[in-house]
Amino acid sequence: MHFDAFDRYHEKESFIHRLDPRVKVVVTIAFIVSNALLPDGAWMAFVFAWLFLLAANIFSRLGVAYTFKRSLVALPFALIAITVLFSIPGKALFTFQLFTSNLTVTDAGLLRFVSIIIRSWLSVQIALLLVATTRFPDLIHAFEHLRVPAILTTIIAFLYRYLFVLTDEVFRLLRARESRSAGSTGKRSGGGVLWRAKVAGNMAGQLFLRSYERSDRIYNAMLSRGYSGRLYTLNPHEMKSRDYFVTAFAIAIIFIVQIIGRL
Amino acid sequence: MPISHSIPSFIAPYEACEGDVLQVRDLHFSYPDGHTALHGISLKLCEGDKVALVGPNGAGKSTLMLHLNGILGGHGEVEIGGQRLTRNNLPAIRAMVGLVFQNPDDQLFSPTVFEDVAFGPLHMGLPEAEVRARVDTALEDVRMSSYKDRLSHHLSVGEKKRIAIATVLSMKPSLLVLDEPSAGLDPRARRTLINLLRELPITMLVSTHDMRLVQELFPRTIVMDEGRIVADGLTMEILDDEKLLTAHGLEKP
Repeated sequence: MHFDAFDRYHEKESFIHRLDPRVKVVVTIAFIVSNALLPDGAWMAFVFAWLFLLAANIFSRLGVAYTFKRSLVALPFALIAITVLFSIPGKALFTFQLFTSNLTVTDAGLLRFVSIIIRSWLSVQIALLLVATTRFPDLIHAFEHLRVPAILTTIIAFLYRYLFVLTDEVFRLLRARESRSAGSTGKRSGGGVLWRAKVAGNMAGQLFLRSYERSDRIYNAMLSRGYSGRLYTLNPHEMKSRDYFVTAFAIAIIFIVQIIGRL
Repeated sequence: MPISHSIPSFIAPYEACEGDVLQVRDLHFSYPDGHTALHGISLKLCEGDKVALVGPNGAGKSTLMLHLNGILGGHGEVEIGGQRLTRNNLPAIRAMVGLVFQNPDDQLFSPTVFEDVAFGPLHMGLPEAEVRARVDTALEDVRMSSYKDRLSHHLSVGEKKRIAIATVLSMKPSLLVLDEPSAGLDPRARRTLINLLRELPITMLVSTHDMRLVQELFPRTIVMDEGRIVADGLTMEILDDEKLLTAHGLEKP
């Protein structure tokens, strides 16, 4: 049984797919940082950043609206910023009562709130595009070659490898519980809430124990093949002139977006 | 009542062998919780030997295997290719003993097949070209060349098993140690594995419950029970000794 729900990679032959993963990681991070640095209400710059994103979408051959469709799931997280609506001093727009307190929305607050939503929405989309066009192992390599500490990349690599094994384990446990959750006709099945909570707790504990023991076996398997505290990998990627050109071009555009935002 | 077998009940006259690949002398081991898993194991393996290690669950087969490359360290001596296993030569020993674990999900811990097969050679400090050549040869040996760039979690159990064997073949070991290689395989995958093991020209020690596999593949069999070797000899003779087999919870194929 396979559980691939987490794999967001979309196999396609495209210009973006063929780029060196390092280029994609660097441009993605630059784009996100640039979004964060744009001043509130820099509408023109937001529009240009969005056009940049659309162009990337088109070049990846995933369709213009590919990342837009998937970005909506991340929007609820941006709502954490909702407090800025009320907490920044400015001209009062309107006031309403929530329970016992009066909340006043200010114009400066609204401006900041909308800007934050746009920034995070753009940033989430480029990240979605990155994982859709880059195989996960390639992403890890990119981080390795960009000098991200080995301990971090190793943890991410193991997480990726065993996420699937663990989800399988969880589903086996759930299925085993379901198959034995029988009920006799006319009676409510499933037991009390407390009992069910206990079962769920036992399952969580079981999962932890299994993972813990598995980690032991994996470590043994690593030792058996010569692991002594340092991980070695081969570099399967090579920067071509095209990769350098795309990096320079994308960084230049991001730079221009910054200038537009500050005019 | 546990069966007591302080004296090996059956040692077939197996042609004398110097133990040039592996020698284990009087190996004892207890787990930290006090459970004694090995009670003085001695055995010798020679170049080209293909030996089955059988016995009930909890007999100490896996524990013994973990001693052969120094993952566990008990009292007694383990000698690989004439070198006594010590803390200092562990890296060299681990390159000589290819240990394949029962669950391929434990064995394959890298994101891609290539990286997993390259793990051993890379940690031996080989140059890149040599590593790549070894990965290619190892994958060819298990007939999985086209799987190089695949992701491990997308493979079937049979495929994972074969890749797991490739991950140690790439270290060019002189002894291959497999823990229950045929467990959980469908008949076709099992057949492929048997053919593969038959063709590999390496000394191997294989723990298994699959008695038909033992009969088909291994000229020599070692029977373990309760941390002791209770029989060591020609497979043909051991499989004929029904009394021995039933006493140790085994079945004639």
